[in-house]
Amino acid sequence: MHNHALTPTGTLTGGPPNGTVISAENLTKTYGDVAAVDGISFAVPAGESFGLLGPNGAGKSTTMKMIGGVTRRTAGQLSIMGLDPDTHGPEVRAHLGVVPQQDNLDEELRVRDNLLVYGRYFGLPMSYLRPKADELLEFAQLTDKAKSKVDALSGGMKRRLTIARSLINEPRILLLDEPTTGLDPQARHILWDRLFRLKEQGVTLILTTHYMDEAEQLCDRLIVVDKGRIMAEGSPAQLIREHSTREVVELRFGSERNATIGSRLEGIGERLEVLPDRVLMYAHDGESALEQVSARGLRPLTSLVRRSSLEDVFLRLTGRSLID
Amino acid sequence: MTDAAPRTGVAGRTGLRAHPPEVSAARARRWGAFYYAEQVLRVMKGYSWSIVMYSVGQPVAYLFAMGVGLATLVDTGNAAFGGVSYLAFIAPALLVSAAVMTAANEFTFPIMDGFKWRRIYYGPHASPLTPQQIAAGQIIAVTLRLLLQSAIYFAAVALFGASTSGWGWAGILVATLTGLAFGLPLMAYSASITEDKGQFALVMRFIVMPLFLFSGTFFPLDNLPVAVRWVGWISPIWHGTELGRVFSFGYREPLLLTVLHVAFLAALAVLGWVLTRRRFTLRLGQ
Repeated sequence: MHNHALTPTGTLTGGPPNGTVISAENLTKTYGDVAAVDGISFAVPAGESFGLLGPNGAGKSTTMKMIGGVTRRTAGQLSIMGLDPDTHGPEVRAHLGVVPQQDNLDEELRVRDNLLVYGRYFGLPMSYLRPKADELLEFAQLTDKAKSKVDALSGGMKRRLTIARSLINEPRILLLDEPTTGLDPQARHILWDRLFRLKEQGVTLILTTHYMDEAEQLCDRLIVVDKGRIMAEGSPAQLIREHSTREVVELRFGSERNATIGSRLEGIGERLEVLPDRVLMYAHDGESALEQVSARGLRPLTSLVRRSSLEDVFLRLTGRSLID
Repeated sequence: MTDAAPRTGVAGRTGLRAHPPEVSAARARRWGAFYYAEQVLRVMKGYSWSIVMYSVGQPVAYLFAMGVGLATLVDTGNAAFGGVSYLAFIAPALLVSAAVMTAANEFTFPIMDGFKWRRIYYGPHASPLTPQQIAAGQIIAVTLRLLLQSAIYFAAVALFGASTSGWGWAGILVATLTGLAFGLPLMAYSASITEDKGQFALVMRFIVMPLFLFSGTFFPLDNLPVAVRWVGWISPIWHGTELGRVFSFGYREPLLLTVLHVAFLAALAVLGWVLTRRRFTLRLGQ
């Protein structure tokens, strides 16, 4: 959007030569006997949008905290911009912008002051921070709220302010932990748009989500995480191709009958998934699968043919849906 | 400081450039505690009016009620008051007690706010600041508040003519030190609370108030039965009060005792600081 918006990869100051900004090898975090993160490995090149998709409690946030240099790992290797967060915490954190799962804005300060104060933690001078804060407020569409108290903001506005705050030091890596959880659809779309702009500017985005549409919108590549382990890795399209069919027919026969009718659908499509509220029928051609259902004399209350999504991938890999 | 790679120029028109991360980290390592203190002071600025009113109103009310009102009944040239007026006797004690009250507030509720209620500490924790620096910043800011408040209090004491020695101003430092001696161990405790069950109300009622009343504040500790005098001996308020009296009107006590007061207060403050540091690091690093 601006003349210097695109960043050539591999020119990051202090970064490793091959352009990998984050690498994790057998990363593990245990709390007592429980392994929150159980030996995961991945590498993220500069400029990539990398997602961790998984249900609540999968270990996504713990992974983010280790990358963010605020929680020490139990075992394995981790390097951010070539630095070990356990030994170089402040240096690692100076490279990052962090949007935590729970907003922790300073509600006693005004909107703009939240940005100024946060910038001071990076030792940034006021001569830089004052105009920068105004720029970021504009970016977050909060200019007219500059002097408001934080608690007067809506949930979506607070989230945008948190994102603006995370950009005060012009980070090349942005960590977003469930950035749109709890927001209404409109607020989510505004947020996605802002994140997409950052991505266009070459910022490396690391994001966790349990929304498959969010992962599909924003992630170049993602890992599907469950119970602290990586179940699959790839681009959204790749994962769908590998682990699901092109289309899905969603059939509802009423909660009583879904299970019993399941057996009468055998043989249609590639695979059948009977859930309490609906039956999912995986097929390359949804419409023709639906015709076969009618041909067997079955009349679902509702039917819907749609493209496969990451939700289906997740269901396939874990036998559970993302949002319980 | 040339930075070849274009950075996150979000709006980008002004050509603003943040300094590189290495500079951020180096500055934070050196000045981080002060950066956080700046934040706490900014928040305090939001309620500066009530801070000033409290700092001015409290001494005037207490000095007037006790030193002028009550004094008419007790001012009988009692030698127990160290040969000075009742007002001069209690002024250093009130100065110290006010600092302790403020410390008791500043090192309880805001700490819970940081860890639990509004989770304010988790913001700076994701920045280059370390948990120890966040703790230190909070302490620096409160120390400044204690100094300011004690200076205003001392000015009131002086206006009431209740400080007879030229060293009276040292009471400002004594009060601040006492506030920290009491407040820092309390801060460590506050940082360890994960569930709010009204602990702070208990602290105020069963620790702060008894210490305030039985620390030789309104009458010499020797007037108490031996059985309860120990409350004073372990009380930072008593040590601070006695020390304040030495400076305020040349209260006579063995030099060794004066040294002991300073050592006791300093030891409590250091102990509190060490425990607080450990608590902050453990809790934020979870």
